[in-house]
Amino acid sequence: MHIPDGYLSPAAAAVMYAASVPFWYRASQKIKMLIAGRTVPLIALFAALSFVIMMFNVPLPGGTTGHAVGAALAAIVLGPWAAVLAVSVALIIQAFFFGDGGILAIGANVFNMAIAMPFVAFYLYRWIGGNAAITSSRRVVAAAIAGFIAINVAALLTAFELGIQPLFFRDAAGQAMYFPYGLDVAIPAMMLGHLTIAGAVEAFVTGLVIAWMQKTNPELLEKFSGAAASATTTRVPRWAWGGLVALVVLTPIGLLAPGTAWGEWGRDELEQLGLGYIPVGFDQWSNFWISPLPNYDIPALDNPTVAYIISAVVGVALVLAIVFAVMWIAQRVMAREATPTP
Amino acid sequence: MSSAKTSRSFIEKTLADITGALEQTLFAEELARQDGLLQSLDPRAKLLGALAVLVAISASQNLVVIAALYALTLPLAYASRVPMGFYFKRVWVFMPFFTGIVALPALFNVFTPGAPLVTLIDLASPRVYLAITQPGVITAAFLLLRVGASVSIAVLLILTTRWAILLKALRVLRVPQAFVLILGMTYRYIYVLLHAVNNMFLARKSRVVGRVSSADDRRWLAASMGALFAKSYALSDDVYLAMQSRGFRGEAMVIDEIAWRARDGVWLVVFVAVALGAMIFGRG
Repeated sequence: MHIPDGYLSPAAAAVMYAASVPFWYRASQKIKMLIAGRTVPLIALFAALSFVIMMFNVPLPGGTTGHAVGAALAAIVLGPWAAVLAVSVALIIQAFFFGDGGILAIGANVFNMAIAMPFVAFYLYRWIGGNAAITSSRRVVAAAIAGFIAINVAALLTAFELGIQPLFFRDAAGQAMYFPYGLDVAIPAMMLGHLTIAGAVEAFVTGLVIAWMQKTNPELLEKFSGAAASATTTRVPRWAWGGLVALVVLTPIGLLAPGTAWGEWGRDELEQLGLGYIPVGFDQWSNFWISPLPNYDIPALDNPTVAYIISAVVGVALVLAIVFAVMWIAQRVMAREATPTP
Repeated sequence: MSSAKTSRSFIEKTLADITGALEQTLFAEELARQDGLLQSLDPRAKLLGALAVLVAISASQNLVVIAALYALTLPLAYASRVPMGFYFKRVWVFMPFFTGIVALPALFNVFTPGAPLVTLIDLASPRVYLAITQPGVITAAFLLLRVGASVSIAVLLILTTRWAILLKALRVLRVPQAFVLILGMTYRYIYVLLHAVNNMFLARKSRVVGRVSSADDRRWLAASMGALFAKSYALSDDVYLAMQSRGFRGEAMVIDEIAWRARDGVWLVVFVAVALGAMIFGRG
């Protein structure tokens, strides 16, 4: 999901910096008020931790491995604002030192992985966790769902940022100057990998680590659990939902802009190609999956705009379907725990 | 795939990644201490120069201009004692794995329609047509060249500047002191944690005989992450106390040892002039 330099136009990179700077500013203010000087080594250590966790290869069913971002974990334990700083610092070091993500693209990468991801994870965890006890399994499920949704929101944002490049940045001859694929390709390609593998890794890692901490260091989970202040703040704030809805609405709007050059391919051509295309951050596992595009290109409609609005909406719908499924299972598990076993 | 194989491969993969990261940073640090052209420049001149050139690469709409900017890095790398084999390999061998795969489909008429350059498949019935198009080649070349040139600039900046010094240079960009302090400490702790993790994985590898299920592996991994989390938390307390006992009262004092000289100014002007020139020539 790390966008390298050269994928985004300078204007887009600048916009993403502008979007991230207020969050950085607010986070540093917030942190000062929260725990003064004590936070400096805390943030530094958690930034280092986030960096290191991104290097852990998690074994997945089927023999593959993937890695987590850890932003959800940081948000649950440190609160969203400290997580913003910690993950930002990890991303900056990755960009400068390991060439993972570009330097001009830091604004975009931070916005996706260090701002959107911790906030989504944090509020979902609080909302689903409700005022359950710190050691309840409901919190493990809440953490896993929060990790899953958060990484997918980050992936959707990344896909959106990449996908709008060919819309706005073309040379005189109509050639894409930066990332060459539109939203119709970027969104399904990114979401496919994240709704399956990457989302599973983030969910696994977040849930399992929270479960481990419940047994060993439950006090670390108390501070930002929301359990104490449950009466007032367990709900997802309205602006967070508003943002999510706005994101969904915005995604297809870009497609309606004039000058779209895609949708000209045929269904046969796509199938012939097999679409071996892997976007940024979408690692080697994508080879295991068949292209979603033939499904999104609905020949009967004969209308590319509608086809890719559908492709964008399907991604979001899938996320929601999985959330509700997992929540339903979680409730059953909790119900079973509540009834004393004979 | 058997679970034994899986568990070995994920442990070994992680160990290799971590060792690679440690080696890479040590190598960079060592190279940054040598006396070469870029090493001798003020980090502020280098940072601002690199940013100007990065923006120029990003803004240029002309392949030749981007290629020229890349070509200019070669004598700089050579004069800075960067091993040229490493420099090429770092950028052009590893990049195709990511950007190359992304750029590949853009070559074809499926994604980039246009005049065919090479027709691969052309069947009448059923209608199957696949060709590498001229605009496709241009689009892919833009992506590859832009990413390659940008990565080269970043690699050059990092290989010739020690991290601690580079952080001080960030202050010229008005990055707040606290942020720079956190960046510096994080970099230090990454070493500490990478060593801790390396030991955890080695210990695990040396103790496990026979097969372990994937589920057990995941639980072990989660426990390791959790342990690392708890360790970080405890360590941050110790570090805070240590900082306090050394006189930290919320304001970081840094000994400023970088000094701006006339030649740094000259180099910065050269970098910025090249970047501006590239932007003017590279306009679409």
